[in-house]
Amino acid sequence: MTEPLIDVRNMEISFAHGFVKAVRGVSFQLGREKLGIVGESGSGKSTVGRAIMRLLPPTAKVTADRMTFHDTDLLAASEKRMMEIRGKQIGLILQDPKYSLNPVMRVGEQIAETYRLHYPKVGRKAAETKVLEMLEAVKIRDPQRVFRLYPHEVSGGMGQRIMIAMMLIAEPEVLIADEPTSALDVTVRLDVLALLDELVSRRNLGLIFISHDLNLIRKFCDRVLIMYAGRVVEVLKASELDNAQHPYTQGLLASLPSIENPPARLPVLTRDPSWLTQPTIGA
Amino acid sequence: MIDVENLTIRFGPRSPLVVKGVSFSVERGKSFGLVGESGCGKSTVLRAISGLNRNYGGRISLDGKPLEPERSKAFFRDVQMVFQDPYGSLHPRKTVRSQLIEPLRNQNLPIKENAVADVLKAVGLDPSLGYRFPHQLSGGQRQRVAIARALILDPPVLLLDEPTSALDVSVQAEILNLLADLQKERGLTYLLVSHDMAVIAHLCSRVAIMNGGEIVEETGIDQIRSGHVQHPYSQRLLSASRAYGKQEMRPAEIMSSA
Repeated sequence: MTEPLIDVRNMEISFAHGFVKAVRGVSFQLGREKLGIVGESGSGKSTVGRAIMRLLPPTAKVTADRMTFHDTDLLAASEKRMMEIRGKQIGLILQDPKYSLNPVMRVGEQIAETYRLHYPKVGRKAAETKVLEMLEAVKIRDPQRVFRLYPHEVSGGMGQRIMIAMMLIAEPEVLIADEPTSALDVTVRLDVLALLDELVSRRNLGLIFISHDLNLIRKFCDRVLIMYAGRVVEVLKASELDNAQHPYTQGLLASLPSIENPPARLPVLTRDPSWLTQPTIGA
Repeated sequence: MIDVENLTIRFGPRSPLVVKGVSFSVERGKSFGLVGESGCGKSTVLRAISGLNRNYGGRISLDGKPLEPERSKAFFRDVQMVFQDPYGSLHPRKTVRSQLIEPLRNQNLPIKENAVADVLKAVGLDPSLGYRFPHQLSGGQRQRVAIARALILDPPVLLLDEPTSALDVSVQAEILNLLADLQKERGLTYLLVSHDMAVIAHLCSRVAIMNGGEIVEETGIDQIRSGHVQHPYSQRLLSASRAYGKQEMRPAEIMSSA
């Protein structure tokens, strides 16, 4: 791997004065690749994503031996520097467009706002042209019309494209996508993924894709971190997920129902307490 | 067991039809699946059957007897519903025990001493959990409590509205197994609504595929498993769901092949 975009070593995150340890020693490096983080709810996967953006509430205590974006130390960076990084250098796509768009602002204006915040010298007209280009890039058929719509007037799939457009317009180098397709139907999900795949490859971005959906991660990512109770228990190439060694990963894979030949009973995951104390794996 | 004939539903007198003449019937002791994308009307159909929405046209009958739009008290002893989100469907300030007793009290039934303990055991929970509040339970435990609440009246029919879509895959497997076991033990009839073809395929023997307020195709589960569906929409939905499964494909290829 060439120079990593994001380098995290031994990240620990705790809440409530250290009583609740949400993330316990996570290490990984992100290059220009698609890195998946998979785990059940409560495994700490979203917390990792938010910690990189420094978006956790003040009650969260984040420590790490190293947490950098290029040469910037994300733990020590000033809030002013973080404002530059958020959006412009690292973008974050959230799960549900219904809750993450401003309901009383036209979607085009919201996208333009992001752009003009990061490029203050750009005029209103130029920003609008750029937004229309971006809406076209995320394959929205009638950008002129959609520009003027409010979030409640667009469908879930279109809302998520708008979120993607908003995140990519400032041209970040790294994109963190936190369950970007979980709120969508299967048919729409594939469209949005294909789009995300194309944009990430064409712009050569680094992507952290957070999801609980193993099938999706398997299709979409290059490498996968499997998290359990705040630790990374296994790191795999996405194509080799079937050869997973850790019983947790195997259990997750086995518990997926299948269309073609469903077993009489789905195997149920039995959690071994020793998983909690095994050393975490770096990637 | 459940017969639905030409069901039509609209919200408001001038609004377009949301459900446009849906008919199907569910055999006793079998599981019937309604599958489709969000907004296709599948949950609306279920809510009409459950009596939550009285403004419908067409006929719904249970066990051969046609039902009045305003459901009788006796109806709820026969048909109970499990909702999608166990975080929203349990009362946050009542203990598990008092929520489980409520259906019995509504029906003026005697509250037997070990009724709650029995039903909790039936769904695989420890009876001591009866004294907890919903926020003290995990998502999977909450969904088990919601199933227990539906079962405490011992109804022959359960309506399941996306019972596992708010849960992790590992917990989903536990709940699907539980539903399969309960059906075997008690001979329950299930009407299951889901957007997840794999969940439907796991539990159901017949499936109706809905799109735009209509059933485009009703078929047996073997046709779904072997991929022999007729309607173009069913084919599209099935190939999207399959593409999601085992084969090694990139999203771009899936889109071009679908």
